[in-house]
Amino acid sequence: MIRVERLSKDYGLRRVVHELTFSAKKGEILGFLGPNGAGKTTTMRILTGYMPPTSGKVEIGGFDVVENSLEVRKLVGYMPESVPLYNDMTVMDYLTYMGEFHRIPDLDDRVDEVLEKVHLDDRAGGYVGNLSKGMRQRLGLAQAILHRPEVLILDEPTIGLDPAQVIEVRHLIREIGKEHTVMLSTHILTEVQQVCNRVIIINKGQIVAEDTPTGLQSRLSGAERVTVKIRGEVADLLPILSPMPGILSTALLNESEVEISMSPGQDIRPEIARQIVTNGFDLLQMQATNLSLEEIFMQLTQDEPAHPSLDGNVEA
Amino acid sequence: MRNIWIIAKREFKQYFISPIAYAVMFLFLLVLGLIFYANFYAASLQQFVPSMQMVFAPMVTIFLFTTPAITMRLLADEQKTGTLEILMTKPIRDWELVVGKWLGAMFFYTVTLLITGVFPLILNTVVTPGIEVGGLITGYLGILLLLAAFVAIGVAASSLFSNQIAVFFTTLGILLVLWIIDFPGQAFGGTVGQIFQYLGLTNHFFNSFNQGVLELKDIIYFVSLTVLSLFLGSVSIESRRWR
Repeated sequence: MIRVERLSKDYGLRRVVHELTFSAKKGEILGFLGPNGAGKTTTMRILTGYMPPTSGKVEIGGFDVVENSLEVRKLVGYMPESVPLYNDMTVMDYLTYMGEFHRIPDLDDRVDEVLEKVHLDDRAGGYVGNLSKGMRQRLGLAQAILHRPEVLILDEPTIGLDPAQVIEVRHLIREIGKEHTVMLSTHILTEVQQVCNRVIIINKGQIVAEDTPTGLQSRLSGAERVTVKIRGEVADLLPILSPMPGILSTALLNESEVEISMSPGQDIRPEIARQIVTNGFDLLQMQATNLSLEEIFMQLTQDEPAHPSLDGNVEA
Repeated sequence: MRNIWIIAKREFKQYFISPIAYAVMFLFLLVLGLIFYANFYAASLQQFVPSMQMVFAPMVTIFLFTTPAITMRLLADEQKTGTLEILMTKPIRDWELVVGKWLGAMFFYTVTLLITGVFPLILNTVVTPGIEVGGLITGYLGILLLLAAFVAIGVAASSLFSNQIAVFFTTLGILLVLWIIDFPGQAFGGTVGQIFQYLGLTNHFFNSFNQGVLELKDIIYFVSLTVLSLFLGSVSIESRRWR
């Protein structure tokens, strides 16, 4: 449904998007993750037909965004990050106005349906200017889904919502994502984990990782890692552990704790425990550690990553 | 074409929500009414026959100042609030957006002009054997064509900035230049003078429509000014996509 090939965008001499290539199928929710200024909004704006790319090719539903911009815009529902709305219109009038451009045949019914879906049906007659931030966000979403778009592009859809509304909006996105293609940008990592089937992490206009949220996590964790805490000096334990088959590396965390990286797929925790105990140490704690998406994100978007992460080996 | 209608309809409705439009309409009709009354009174004292020219001429002068106020919001506000981004991702062509905005403002002015219909009605009751209908129609046609050009210039200026004050003064500046450009034209003489004189509004309205004269060259002048301004407005909106 979405096909992006070597997409680049320059603002003057500054290149903000650099040779992005990715695609998204129907029924897929694609998370677009990156720090501020990574090029997320620019990429999304190009996908919506708002601005043309400097180079590269973008197709939505088989239509080129430059050559068939109007066709693309018929297929796309878009909610910009700032959720710009007309404050001097009523909620109902606003949605009707937006819907008219898409020639929705059952517009009045559809407006009622969508207002109900985003829980704004009781505010239909009220002015947009009187809505709270969360309500505006939901109205922006209503505007984007009104014409049942094949592709829904949402720039930071849950920003500014209270926790209950966040859950509602995520639920709504998942619902829509069953039948349509959704692409959402966010910097909230739990959102990606909860909502998306696939995640693309971009930094400085380039893709630094692309995978499923769980795949990305395991790929980056690479080795399974455990933290071991013993009574006494852990340094004395290292000569025993290091030569063990299946252990990639060890790192001292403090006097009594060590982090051990194991080869992927080999769970040698029972073996480690046995070695510790048979060598006369008191094992106090053994805990598996996984990189959180936050850590992955930090690693991937740092200028000089502390861990050269994507090759599958993570040194702790 | 339907998109133009959708946009024009909304813009027209918005005028009756915003206080500026009411203020402009009130001011326009008040000033015009006072001038009409003064001229009417003068005519009775000096014993000349009052005509619609004494309404049309001040009308144009007032439009010169009200048009920037009426058009400044149209595209500037969309840029300032960011709603332009949503409009530009709807299946609408850029020129449809610009023409829709222009048409919405023209609807508003048409309503205002309809209200001025009371002046010829009053005149008709006091002048025997009634006012000349041909001159009246020509005058109103001229006013409408002139307004089309004024509003188009305003829309084009509105596409340039997100600041409404900047748009107001840009529009006013362009209209004033068109208003007075034939004076330096007369002074210069030669080809440059002729060009300046052709560009001036005076020759195309006051010396023609206002006198009840309908000439193709004057229609072409206002139509081309309108089309050119709307074209430049569309280009300006489209250029935002490339920035």
